[in-house]
Amino acid sequence: MPTESPIAPAPHDHDRDRGHDRDGDPQRQRARLLALRAAHWARTRRLTGLLLALWLATGFGTVFFARDLAHLSVFGWPLSFYLAAQGASLIYLAIIGGYAWRMRLLDRAFARQLREAA
Amino acid sequence: MNAGGLKPAAPTPEKTRSYFRRLSRYYLWYTACFGMFLASLAILENEGMPRQWIGYLYMFATIFLYAAIGVVSRTSNVSEYYVAGRRVPALFNGMATAADWISAASFISLAGTLYLHGFDALAYVMGWTGGYCLVALLIAPYLRKFAQYTVPDFLAARYGGGVTDGRNDRRANTVRALAVGATIVVSFTYVVAQIYAVGLIASRFTGVDFSVGIFLGLASILVCSFLGGMRAITWTQVAQYIIILVAFLIPTIWLSMKFAGNPVPQVAYGSVLPKLAKREAQLAIDPREQEVRARFQARADAYARALAHLPRSWQQGKVEAQRRLDAARARSAPLAEVRAAERALVAYPRNADEAAHVWLEERAAALARAQAPEPHAEPFPGKTRQESDIRRNNFLALVFCLMFGTAALPHILMRAYTTPSVHETRVSVFWTLFFILLIYLTMPALAVLAKYDIYTSLVGSSFDKLPTWVSYWASVDKANPLISIVDINGDGIVQLAEIAIDGDVLTLATPEIGGLPYVISGLVAAGGLAAALSTADGLLLAISNALSHDIYYKIVDPHASTQKRVTISKLLLLAVAFIAAYVASQKPADILSLVGAAFSLAGSTLFPALVAGVFWKRANHYGAVSGMVGGFLVCLYYMLHTNPILGGDASATWFHIAPISAGVYGVPAGMAILVAVSLLTPAPARAAEGLVEHIRAPESL
Repeated sequence: MPTESPIAPAPHDHDRDRGHDRDGDPQRQRARLLALRAAHWARTRRLTGLLLALWLATGFGTVFFARDLAHLSVFGWPLSFYLAAQGASLIYLAIIGGYAWRMRLLDRAFARQLREAA
Repeated sequence: MNAGGLKPAAPTPEKTRSYFRRLSRYYLWYTACFGMFLASLAILENEGMPRQWIGYLYMFATIFLYAAIGVVSRTSNVSEYYVAGRRVPALFNGMATAADWISAASFISLAGTLYLHGFDALAYVMGWTGGYCLVALLIAPYLRKFAQYTVPDFLAARYGGGVTDGRNDRRANTVRALAVGATIVVSFTYVVAQIYAVGLIASRFTGVDFSVGIFLGLASILVCSFLGGMRAITWTQVAQYIIILVAFLIPTIWLSMKFAGNPVPQVAYGSVLPKLAKREAQLAIDPREQEVRARFQARADAYARALAHLPRSWQQGKVEAQRRLDAARARSAPLAEVRAAERALVAYPRNADEAAHVWLEERAAALARAQAPEPHAEPFPGKTRQESDIRRNNFLALVFCLMFGTAALPHILMRAYTTPSVHETRVSVFWTLFFILLIYLTMPALAVLAKYDIYTSLVGSSFDKLPTWVSYWASVDKANPLISIVDINGDGIVQLAEIAIDGDVLTLATPEIGGLPYVISGLVAAGGLAAALSTADGLLLAISNALSHDIYYKIVDPHASTQKRVTISKLLLLAVAFIAAYVASQKPADILSLVGAAFSLAGSTLFPALVAGVFWKRANHYGAVSGMVGGFLVCLYYMLHTNPILGGDASATWFHIAPISAGVYGVPAGMAILVAVSLLTPAPARAAEGLVEHIRAPESL
């Protein structure tokens, strides 16, 4: 039962991830794990930042320049109406999809590097 | 399951896949059965079954269905009750979250709002979808990695002492109590609105009394969440989502076929928009329309004069109303005329103050109807550039608040805990937005198609040949007619300016506008009911979990047995549900108008603390507490200060931002206070840092 127990504090987690330190001294293993984690977090942060910038540009740009885009039309829609009604939302969906996909790759790369390092 | 509670017994991939396949099979069967149910009702209607019966059948069949799913998935296991055992596949979690999210307001009112406000209302579509980017990128995966039960859990662990070994930690309790308070304030206004909608739909479609409708709906909510908690509501919400989707798409596809010859409404309405724009331009300069608008302008002017001469004008008006009644009686006018005069006298304001209030509203209403229709697709029309800029800024502000509010709604975030892994949580947010978009991208289409139909076939038709749906919906709710068409200028022809339409009617009347049988109308009502019930389920669970898990278990009695915790949770759920139902049955207009405000409040209070908790290690206890309190207070102050309903002054706004978007000031204020106070006070304990490291670390694959 997961219920009575406290949140596992981070050290336990380290232990588990470090699980197979058969060779090499634990100190070095640990440093390598932390370095890998830091690299993973840096990439995650960069991806998050990039996608947030895209998110902001989509929302803000659509609204702020709506009046200027109203004269252009795509397939019969005034561009600004299309963006606000569908375009922006579809970009948001793509952002979330792209994030899930890239993070999956990053997580896999991390696991691979961890195995190689071990 | 292992001891840490961090990892549920990791199921093998084959097991996961077969579970997924089994679920898919169940829901495909369910959809097929639902289709057969629709078909058999259609046949029954053809055979002459009365409408009332169809309404009853829909209502009882669906409520019975939800209750049955609740009974089947009943549980008293803590993990099942709070987080559905953490094994809901991403796709199904996405569907359930979408149903959780699509409230009665979005199902019933959004299309109408889009119809009435054109481009401006697209702020809701943008805001409510864009918020999921924040959920996916900043919050949900980290909550899943944290792997506890509620949102206050995370805040308490992050901003408390950081050690949660069952020891009562005063700091953690402060943060927890604040988070619970925010959860309850936000969710309660929201749940009252959902239950209110349940009552409204039930009473309109089956003719039962409003409060009976409320308690019928409540029964299904209770059987479901009471017996099975998160597990039951997840599987019910998936079923509800399917009903919502079918109910929304069938009539819209039909309208789209009718007007654009294309069964995909999202694509089809592009060709209708230019036609609508042309028609709008025509109506704007039509002399008969102008005549009607001039009459409304005259009416508004009359109110303005009366307002200027209070209280004398109030006395004169009263004498006049009395005189009219006497005159009607004296010449033994037809009964209807006497009744009308009587009603006018009864409804006449009782004193000069009330008159000032009522007449101001009447004047505003008349003024609104004296305006030419705004072009549907034009962004921010305004007489001057400045007026247009104000509208643009308000649009931006509303989008901002809805986004940040979405990313801080406890009943949505709570669902991040229910998937098997962090990866599945990310994917499940994708599916959530996907399923929401299936509905939300169709809403603007429905608004345009219905508007085109009303502008071309209703406007310009003769008063003795009004379509039946108009008379039906005009008579449904006599006190606040959903639609009223009065021949203002007496030419026997319907003018656009003579139509007063309530946004709520649009979705409900779409099947009739499109000439579909009553079965589809009943289906739409069932969809609205499903939307309201699913959201109410999620909200009630969020409130009762906050009370039972966070207040009772974590603060009052940390040694309670699991059995006791689940029982307490169920009892609290019952209590909260009845309180909410009681409040809803009082038809509290002020609470309902506050639902929009819930987004601003949620965003201002919870969002900064949640995001800083993951992305800024330096954020500490003091910062979080003052940020939450500060954000909440700034947001609340702005609302009280500027919302006339709450006794504020509409002219006191900052940069002309409407009170509903108070979060535009609340969120940055909360964030700034959090940062400033954190930097001024000591760095958080090492344990908090360890927690942050842990939730940032990738899960082991």
